[in-house]
Amino acid sequence: MLTSKCLKGVTTGYPLAINAKEVKITEIDFNPEFISRLIPKLDWNVLWGAADSIGHSEGLPKVIEPKYEENEEFLKKAHRVLLEIEIEEGNLTCPESGRQFPISKGIPNMLLTEAEVQ
Amino acid sequence: MGPHLDPFLVCATIQHTKLCRSVLAVSEIGTAQVLRSSIVPSSPPPSYFTSLKRFRDELHNERCLELLLLAEDTPCLLLDIGCGSGLSGSVLEECGHMWVGMDISSSMLDVALERETEGDLILADMGQGTPFRAGVFDGAVSVSALQWLFNADKKSHQPIKRIYTFFSTLYAALSRSARAVFQFYPENEDQLEILTTQAMRAGFYGGVVVDYPNSAKAKKFFLVLMTGGAAPLPQALGTEETDGLQVKYSKREATKGARGKPLKNTRAWLLEKKERRRKQGKNTRPDSKYTGRKRSGKF
Repeated sequence: MLTSKCLKGVTTGYPLAINAKEVKITEIDFNPEFISRLIPKLDWNVLWGAADSIGHSEGLPKVIEPKYEENEEFLKKAHRVLLEIEIEEGNLTCPESGRQFPISKGIPNMLLTEAEVQ
Repeated sequence: MGPHLDPFLVCATIQHTKLCRSVLAVSEIGTAQVLRSSIVPSSPPPSYFTSLKRFRDELHNERCLELLLLAEDTPCLLLDIGCGSGLSGSVLEECGHMWVGMDISSSMLDVALERETEGDLILADMGQGTPFRAGVFDGAVSVSALQWLFNADKKSHQPIKRIYTFFSTLYAALSRSARAVFQFYPENEDQLEILTTQAMRAGFYGGVVVDYPNSAKAKKFFLVLMTGGAAPLPQALGTEETDGLQVKYSKREATKGARGKPLKNTRAWLLEKKERRRKQGKNTRPDSKYTGRKRSGKF
């Protein structure tokens, strides 16, 4: 959902815009340690934007607080956005080329055609 | 042992010789465990075959995980390249890691979906690069997938270019001080050479670790790549004092030695000969300062 970049003459190719048709929420065990390790690797603004675009940004702060490791409520929300919300059907759109990557059954199709390979 | 548990019977029913050989290779390690823990109590032959395959994958992946040298008790985000039906990912789940799998076959990913694996799945071709943001993964594993990069399925496929694209994008997707471990089946020495040169070109450090290099069946190739500086390669299984890299170059060393062989009837030549006899377990007198000297005329 958050870590996809397309490569084919596109320099950054990030963030991919999400166009969700069907969103599924699955319960996954909460692991605060894992989430707090994951957060420094994320571009939080992009994540917030992505969550907002599929209508799941409620309660999610726009900026990360400095001591997020200790804030369990925040970590739970991040956990929900990062792991539990899955896009079943939809599209990912490259911001530079406008190329769409279809998502079906929760699997994004990142296969490129011959002409698109660098 | 029931009839369906006989590995030779299973092999007889499989036409593909290469496949058959790999089944046999596992059956040596795997069968004893299968029987002891009776994981396949009364399954028909086809599922026995898949369970063997599964055993092979799980064994490999456990070894891959071992080679990754992840910090213990910290859940990591791993990339499984060529995850297939997600069997190998279940090993990662058991160790408490989150994983993202990528595979080129959508039908295999459908199987993974049916198995309800925890990992996220992405349909992508590794030869086109790994489509992830920089520095996301704490490690990457891959079980018998890397050799497919050598196939040129389409006219436009250039294996070397695809390998380089794969390694360079993977390098970017891994965090610093991360490792990537690939178990694969190289066809020949050249393929090993190509893989290591392309990986070094992409910025990786590392090399090939060969488990059980002296066994035809249990021999396993692992390409271990590191992003953060050179570190000693892990010890290969089934070797005593030589590590993976040395094993890899042993052939070259041998030919180098042959070119500069010591002259016959010199002391160096004699010492080498004695050393060789000792290695062969033959009775050899110990070396002393008199070794290789002419006898005095008196005798």
